[in-house]
Amino acid sequence: MTTLTFEDFRPGRFGTFGPRHVSREEILAFAAEFDPQPMHLDEAAAQKSMLRGLSGSGWHLGSLMMRMLFDGFIGRTASLGSPGVNEMRWLAPLRPGDDLTLDVDVVEARVSKSRPETGIVTFKGTVRNARGEVLCEMESPIIVGRRDGASS
Amino acid sequence: MAFFEDIEIGAQRAFGSFTFTPEDIKRFASQFDPQPFHLDEEAGRNSLFGGLAASGWHVAAVCMKLLVADGKRQAAEAAARGETVAIWGPSPGFRELRWIRPVLSGDTISFTSQVETKRTSEKRPEWGILQARNTGTNQRGEVVFSFLATAFVPRRTLGS
Repeated sequence: MTTLTFEDFRPGRFGTFGPRHVSREEILAFAAEFDPQPMHLDEAAAQKSMLRGLSGSGWHLGSLMMRMLFDGFIGRTASLGSPGVNEMRWLAPLRPGDDLTLDVDVVEARVSKSRPETGIVTFKGTVRNARGEVLCEMESPIIVGRRDGASS
Repeated sequence: MAFFEDIEIGAQRAFGSFTFTPEDIKRFASQFDPQPFHLDEEAGRNSLFGGLAASGWHVAAVCMKLLVADGKRQAAEAAARGETVAIWGPSPGFRELRWIRPVLSGDTISFTSQVETKRTSEKRPEWGILQARNTGTNQRGEVVFSFLATAFVPRRTLGS
């Protein structure tokens, strides 16, 4: 399989990835380790919370999006890591049994000034459940190597 | 946990620290971010990170873990004083998350939180909305991680 480089990322829709099924056990295991708030662990407490029912941690959703990005394209991209996330919007709760799909749109792709053998690809990721509800939107840059020899 | 009215802008709190072992780093990465520099020492040394590096999502999840643990400690202290404990709501998101330096295996990251803004919710008058900058610093005093968190915090008096 060819490795994707900076040149393969152009503004516009890049792809749609998934579905990724999320089990109740996964939600509870992540919450127990990283976000043990009652709304993520306890059915009765969750019913009384603003989210009205057991929901996964937003950080679990972010981590799942990372895995979907990896499986979708980052795993076969000359990725050098990411400097951060410009914005994450958690719009609807992640529920046990959800099947997630991920839309990836390239917002901007530019050559790095400080490291001209690399480029910075800023993308928007949108995660939806099987009913098409948007659970979260994220905008984040990744650093991607340019094709061999491209450095100016 | 504090009520909205009791939170002061500028207030800062150290809320815990965590040492990232190679086992922790690889376990998280194998589940959520299996890029070679998060899974393998040699691949990490050959990467921009210069060593086995924790996934940025792992650093963020550990920050949340320590925030929740600190919140539970504060709630227990408030309950012991006979005070009503505020139960915080969910977060609508975050901004400006920066993975500034790599977190390498063996690094100990200490986290602090500083309140930046607070406002009442127009749609939900029983809630306030708080923004706080959470920052992680390694054992050499280098800032490695920060983000501007947002959370719904309950108001002490309903809508008044």
